[in-house]
Amino acid sequence: MATVAEVSIDRGEDKRQRRWHILVFLLPALLVYTAVMILPLIETLRLSLFNVKDGQSAFVGFGNFQVLFGDPRWAASFWNALGNNFIFFLIHMLVQNPIGVALAALLSVPKLRFGAFYRTAMFLPTLLSFVIVGFIWKLILSPIWGVSPYLLDLVGLKSLFSPWLGKPDTALIAVSLISVWQYVGIPMMLIYAAMLNIPDEVLEAAECDGVTGWSQFWKIKLPLILPSIGIISILTFVGNFNAFDLIYTVQGALAGPDGSTDILGTLLYRTFFGFQLQIGDKSMGATIATVMFLIILSGVCLYLFAIQRRMRRYQF
Amino acid sequence: MGSTTLKTLLMATSILATAGFAHAADTTLTIESWRTDDLAIWQEKLIPAFEAKNPGIKVKFAPTPPTEYDAALGARFDAGSAGDIITCRPFDKSLEQFKRGNLTSLNDLPGMKNFSDVAKAAWTTDDGKDTFCVPMASVIHGFIYNKDAFEKLGIAIPTTEAEFFAALDKIKADGTYIPMAMGTKDLWEAATMGYQNIGPTYWKGEEGRAKLIKGEAKLTDPEWVEPYKVLLKWKDYLGDGFEAQTYPDSQNLFTLGRAAIYPAGSWEIGLFNTQAQFKMGAFPPPVKNAGDACYISDHNDIGAGLNAKSAHPEEAKKFLEWVASPEFADIYANALPGFFSLNSTPVKMADPLAQEFVSWREKCKPTIRSTYQILARGTPNLENETWVESANVINGTDTPEAAAKKLQDGLDSWYKPAK
Repeated sequence: MATVAEVSIDRGEDKRQRRWHILVFLLPALLVYTAVMILPLIETLRLSLFNVKDGQSAFVGFGNFQVLFGDPRWAASFWNALGNNFIFFLIHMLVQNPIGVALAALLSVPKLRFGAFYRTAMFLPTLLSFVIVGFIWKLILSPIWGVSPYLLDLVGLKSLFSPWLGKPDTALIAVSLISVWQYVGIPMMLIYAAMLNIPDEVLEAAECDGVTGWSQFWKIKLPLILPSIGIISILTFVGNFNAFDLIYTVQGALAGPDGSTDILGTLLYRTFFGFQLQIGDKSMGATIATVMFLIILSGVCLYLFAIQRRMRRYQF
Repeated sequence: MGSTTLKTLLMATSILATAGFAHAADTTLTIESWRTDDLAIWQEKLIPAFEAKNPGIKVKFAPTPPTEYDAALGARFDAGSAGDIITCRPFDKSLEQFKRGNLTSLNDLPGMKNFSDVAKAAWTTDDGKDTFCVPMASVIHGFIYNKDAFEKLGIAIPTTEAEFFAALDKIKADGTYIPMAMGTKDLWEAATMGYQNIGPTYWKGEEGRAKLIKGEAKLTDPEWVEPYKVLLKWKDYLGDGFEAQTYPDSQNLFTLGRAAIYPAGSWEIGLFNTQAQFKMGAFPPPVKNAGDACYISDHNDIGAGLNAKSAHPEEAKKFLEWVASPEFADIYANALPGFFSLNSTPVKMADPLAQEFVSWREKCKPTIRSTYQILARGTPNLENETWVESANVINGTDTPEAAAKKLQDGLDSWYKPAK
């Protein structure tokens, strides 16, 4: 995630001194960030160009990438993971973000009672550890002890239940929806904040012009919160393509059944660290990490240059 | 604004606390292990027994959780801070440490003669020259069954495949019990408790495994596909929603008395004894036709090696010599029913279920899991692929033939058997 800080420089001064203190103040954060983020990133990029040959680390250029995309097995698992990752992202965009917007819209209704309670309750899953979330949902969806078959049975719809997490065609959707449940609080909060920022005058003016209810939402509120939706989309994108933890806890490192929930994060984990009898392959792991980095980078760039620049912002 | 010169001095004081080591006259040996569950057994039974006989040597058991063990141990080897005694994973993981010079060859350890070659196979180099860990324990596969259920339904212990399925049919028809407690969610259950459990009967144990390694047999050959065909038949006898049934689910289904048969590894014995409220028995994988030779998977699981950079190699060797002794085998096997000593001296076990498992060694031919030695070295990894495909066969995602073909293709892509 990139944070852009704009520093406006006071040009009213006659004599400009070198402001060393800015450097001094920036330095600690810069050092820490370099040590824990930038150097490992560079090292990863470097590692992706090396591989072990005859027991020695040797420069192989783009050889690892050739293997990843050229070898039918590597390519198959990579494209499978990338495809699943896109589905994972798509479900978040189509389910998590609209629900987040809807919840925020409901929360910002002035007459709502217990608003603070709902807000906290709906944000709570985001604060839970993914281990807890994964475990709870595995239990809820368990065909043996789960409450979901029991509840469906109570209303006579037991036939609708199936072991979703264990079937290749439903597992990915199920895991995505668990993730949506966990993180829906984030778009909700951001949109909620954006909606609170809309001045009452604008809404009152709209009401005077006869724009109320749904059309007020579509014509006034939505355009004003669009920048926030943009930010949420990019956060979702980065988050989803870096995702790993929930799938790992719910489906294990092999991301079964039959690799149907395997995303780039789990593929990277298995490749880099190894799994069970599979011994980790640091070079190929770094190669996958590099590809992930490039995918995320290009996505973020696309957003920054193609979308955010065209977005209209309103000043009040 | 006036020009102010800001001088900020940030002082960070770090106190490096150096821990003072109280050096006693005793030598302390540290054991690295992933068996966190065994902490009490080591502290209460094994270590006191050793220390009583070897005054001047203190032993500390320092386990790391299983999922972190391999990575943590690797890091400690690199940093030179690994313990003196290393608990060895079977096969390639330990072999790699030996090749890197982290483990010492133990060929000259007199106690090694207490172990057979099959027992030492998991910790011996491919050429058979060096053995680098003392075999500690193995696990045996088979089926644990609910004795009460079998008595109630009047089922005799099945010895052949036909009897086995007849028994399952009978349990299913009765409806009180789920015939078999196994799920495919965690994948490895299907491979380890399923394929590797019944497989040796069809591929004739060590004979088939050796052929596979030599390249004389392929996974697509009938004897390797047949276990998958049998596994596919299991599908009808598993519980509702077995696709999402996890390993702990299966364990609980059985120990709560809801399932009649549990495809097992002997490591379950300890847990099942404390949890199940009914009588349990065990039977080995059924043979195809009555009178056929039976085969069991008696898989080497734990060994103990010597850190090559240990500061106290002499004391550590004394300890390993003791690990190789029948005395250790006796304490260990009885403290941990289900982890069987690999020592050639038979150990008498107090636990009847464990005794049942180990008694199969006398009538059946033991083998180790087919995917562990040599064949799990490359990418794709045969063992991990076997997990996926075994679950696929039971789930109906792949036919037995298709699964076998995928496995063989994967193996062919990197494994070239020595001609």
